[in-house]
Amino acid sequence: MSSARYSVRHQTRYSYSDAVANSYNRIHCQPRACPWQSFSQARLSVDPEPEFLARQTDFFGNPVSFFTVQEPHRELTVTVMFEAEVKARAYSEGGESWEAVVERLSGARDPESLEASGFRFASGWVELSPELAQFAAASFSPGRPVLEAAGDLRARIHREFTFDPEATTIATPVREVLRTRRGVCQDFAHLFIGALRSLGLACRYVSGYILTVPPPGQERLQGADASHAWISVWAPPLGWVDLDPTNNMIVSDQHVTLAWGRDFHDVSPMRGVVVGGGTQVVRVGVDVVPLSTRGTSE
Amino acid sequence: MSTLHGIGPGLSYRPGESSYDEMVDAEGHLRPGWDTFLRALEKLGSDQLSRRWEQVRQLIRENGVTFNVYGADDGMDRPWHLDPFPMLVGGAEWARIESGLRQRARLLELLMEDVYGNQHCLKEGLLPPDLVHGHPGYLRPCHGLPIPPECRLLLHAVDLARTSEGELMVLRDRAEAPAGCGYALENRLAVSRMMPELMRSTQVEKLASFFGAMRDTLGELAQRAFTSPRVVFLTPGPANQTFFEHAYLAQYLGYTLVQGDDLTVRDNRVYLKLLEGLQPVGVILRRLRDDFCDPLELRSDSVIGVPGLVQAVRAGNVVVANGLGSSWLETPALSAFLPRLCREFLDQDLAIPSVPTWWCGEPESLAYVLENLDHLVIKRTFPGIGHSAAFLGEAKAKTRQAWREEILKNPTAYVAQEQLKLSTAPTLQGELLEPRRIIMRTFLTRRGDDFVVMPGALTLVSREEGSLVATLQRGAGSKDTWIVEPSGEAAPNPLSHPERPIIELSRGGGDIPSRSADNLFWLGRYLERAEGLSRLLRNCITRLDEQGRPGTPLETPVLLSLAGGGAHDPRTHRGVVDRATCRARILALISDPRADGGLRAITEHLQRNSGSVRDRISGECWRVITHLFEMSRRVPGTLRESQGHLEELLMGFAAFSGLIGENMTRSHGWRFLEMGRRLERAVGMAGLLRRTLSTELPFEDAILEAILEIADATRTYRRRYPAGLQVAPVLDLLLADESNPRSVAYQLVLMQFHFQHLPGRSQLSLPNPEERLLLSAVSRVKLADISELVLVGETRRRPHLVGLLRHLGRELPGISDHLARKYLTHLTLKSQSAGFGREALP
Repeated sequence: MSSARYSVRHQTRYSYSDAVANSYNRIHCQPRACPWQSFSQARLSVDPEPEFLARQTDFFGNPVSFFTVQEPHRELTVTVMFEAEVKARAYSEGGESWEAVVERLSGARDPESLEASGFRFASGWVELSPELAQFAAASFSPGRPVLEAAGDLRARIHREFTFDPEATTIATPVREVLRTRRGVCQDFAHLFIGALRSLGLACRYVSGYILTVPPPGQERLQGADASHAWISVWAPPLGWVDLDPTNNMIVSDQHVTLAWGRDFHDVSPMRGVVVGGGTQVVRVGVDVVPLSTRGTSE
Repeated sequence: MSTLHGIGPGLSYRPGESSYDEMVDAEGHLRPGWDTFLRALEKLGSDQLSRRWEQVRQLIRENGVTFNVYGADDGMDRPWHLDPFPMLVGGAEWARIESGLRQRARLLELLMEDVYGNQHCLKEGLLPPDLVHGHPGYLRPCHGLPIPPECRLLLHAVDLARTSEGELMVLRDRAEAPAGCGYALENRLAVSRMMPELMRSTQVEKLASFFGAMRDTLGELAQRAFTSPRVVFLTPGPANQTFFEHAYLAQYLGYTLVQGDDLTVRDNRVYLKLLEGLQPVGVILRRLRDDFCDPLELRSDSVIGVPGLVQAVRAGNVVVANGLGSSWLETPALSAFLPRLCREFLDQDLAIPSVPTWWCGEPESLAYVLENLDHLVIKRTFPGIGHSAAFLGEAKAKTRQAWREEILKNPTAYVAQEQLKLSTAPTLQGELLEPRRIIMRTFLTRRGDDFVVMPGALTLVSREEGSLVATLQRGAGSKDTWIVEPSGEAAPNPLSHPERPIIELSRGGGDIPSRSADNLFWLGRYLERAEGLSRLLRNCITRLDEQGRPGTPLETPVLLSLAGGGAHDPRTHRGVVDRATCRARILALISDPRADGGLRAITEHLQRNSGSVRDRISGECWRVITHLFEMSRRVPGTLRESQGHLEELLMGFAAFSGLIGENMTRSHGWRFLEMGRRLERAVGMAGLLRRTLSTELPFEDAILEAILEIADATRTYRRRYPAGLQVAPVLDLLLADESNPRSVAYQLVLMQFHFQHLPGRSQLSLPNPEERLLLSAVSRVKLADISELVLVGETRRRPHLVGLLRHLGRELPGISDHLARKYLTHLTLKSQSAGFGREALP
């Protein structure tokens, strides 16, 4: 199996029209150690220097940091840097039928399916509905293996929906995305999750980065990359399988995983509350630079 | 069933058909405990009883005991309904109830620990994952929080109701921030005032020990290891439906009543923002819904929470009671699983059964529910605002069909419960005793490692005969609940506390959150504004009404123009001079709530401000305020009636000032209230002088007479200057004379005194901006040369006076702004979020 190495730099800068008296933040920007992913050289820097900083693990097992800046400030910069090594993941075809997985989840008792069942309900940003189930139904014919069906749905989302950053905002509900058929990776992920959960399947929201390749003949622009989101569906006996509806691909070694949860809200890269501050402008710069690719044959 | 005569003085009672009555059994005999009570009631006599009842009702109204109902027209501050006829529970039955309740609270507490810990209940299949992972009230950030067991369910409430056979069942649990124990206490105080002899002769158990236990437990929690022994009572604010109770309990327990923005997290610890600076907080007794408590980790759209609170709890730096996440316990679906959980967790059978409950997420339950809708109540599995129960027993077939479809669409979202008949209890309806359905809300708190039950309850009474609904939201009434004839060898009362620590003497207690200071400051300002306007209007009416004066007195429009323009043009002196317009304007200023700057508008501000500092205002003061508000709502039809109305209001203001002057401790709170009043009075007087004396008017004598009357200075003036009215001496008296308590100078000098005693000030401090402004205003007034001020220039104006008053008109509001910025500022919370893929992607 091959693997890939990346250097990631993610910088977020807030500028405020008035001084911020206090700023409380939660960040999910450090990579998660997974069987297919290791990382090194991780650094987090915050300017101004926070008075309080704590590194913890959240409910879903993701690394999370909390920090507080207590001195008045008009600008806040958070920079995360690390190197990650990602192994390609390959999945065998087949697996259980989707109805069998639904059945297994509803009577969940063993640790693995219990854990998975935490991801089969509506959550703050993902509502379930008959419309979503109906949308999914075209791909989920009776007895079809869950992964195959999900792959088909992934392809349909890619085909039938238009990538359009102008069409949605952070608060656009899934039903709106289903209606307008437009959005960004976060919307497609939420839609995908909503459709699978509406059938009774378990599905996670995954936040991370993807390597972007500049158009032929052009150089990579600094900070031109973005944070990315995709989904993970529970497909026993294979376990969790990551699918990227935005790019219509099974996630392998081109994605760097930061964190997963039920939806964006659980793992948003940066979330904060400021006291004061007036109006705010935020700029985000992400660089995912491939280091060197080592291929190994099995 | 036969009618029972001779119960109480001249009362008779006919219990309802086919339901269990709390007082009379099926054979028409009294149940245990009622006999003694009714005999004592008889002895009291009906005259005495109704006289006392009238007093109690008055007291409840004046104490401002209210329950706010969202969305109702008269929603804010609906008066509390108390039925004077208490609910009685015999000691023997109560002992059984008590032990059952304690078992239930223990079970729920263990369950909460488990669900936020190792989730044994899921692993063993004792609860379906839908009720945990699928529950929006299951707060993942609270998983694994180090919550001391005592505070997980520091206060728990259980609603009890009876079947038609009289069996007691649990209708619902209130585990998040249960309301009602403060109302129960208030009910007890009211009823014991009404029938103290009865309480003695029936040996009613007292409630105080229950609150003592709660206070002790919180005190121990605060002492134990946390940064500070300070306990605060966190309320969502005055708009909350049970805000009265929050203020009442905070005051009763001796805790500072705070809102989210009174607290701040620094260095991962919680602090209270006092005028004096930040003070550490060890325990937060909350009435805030748990998901609103921290916008950082819980609901990000909450603006009433404390950002960083969950982190502080996680670090063990503060304790929140009830424990964050306890709302999870309130799903009605839980009742269906409790019997098994009780056997697993406590190795016991559930002592008091829950009302039969079916969670529609289970196929067998769903099938049963769909077959039996005609005697079931449908509730949401995950309770939310605006969801109310559907009583399908009385529903039409069409409604039932609609519910059937609704449930089938999403079975896991619904819970069905047997519709209980509820028992009836005698309730005073006018002069008659009539049966009404009741529910008993009982309360538990922690003492050491066990729960104790409040020896009493808040009994909720349905409004109409036959109605099966008794919730506060639906406007239910309430009863005091007496536990009578305690069972023989009473178990050692877990509430009695043998040793009490000696209390250290203190003259503090003057802790005042800056938000409260802000409210008190504005309370002072609005109070003075209302008084000033009342004086002005009273004067206008007198002048309009005076006998023997033809037409409209010329000064009236000038004076009226002070209260919001429109009636007089100061340049041309032409204005609306006809009597009818003046009359209409005066009446509008008195009673039209839409009149800008009118009395009604001011008293509404006053009410809001005083409402948010209820915990800082003594009972007596509060009664005066309530009375003032009631009066201000009357609508006098004529000028003559208005005169009397204003006279009464002014007496009310005087009473309030007197109480503040004589009864309020000289804390910073008092100081801010005083500064507000002084500042407003200075602003008002300067405004009056500017409006009336800036330009020499042809009817100046009448003007001088009027302003002396408004300033209550006519007599002083006559004594000093028997010769007659002139501008200079009037100006001196009202502007510069420091001995006149209504002069501008007097207010400013007092303000200077208060400034020196503000937190953080000392004699040695250099003057800060507000002090500089004040100093400048004081010197300007003190040094003013009156003979120069009265000089009349071109166009009959008095340029020096105008200049001076213009300066004051800038400086006085400036002082207010600086004070606010320094001591009272509250910045708003905003959420920020970034870094998700909204940037262009391939």
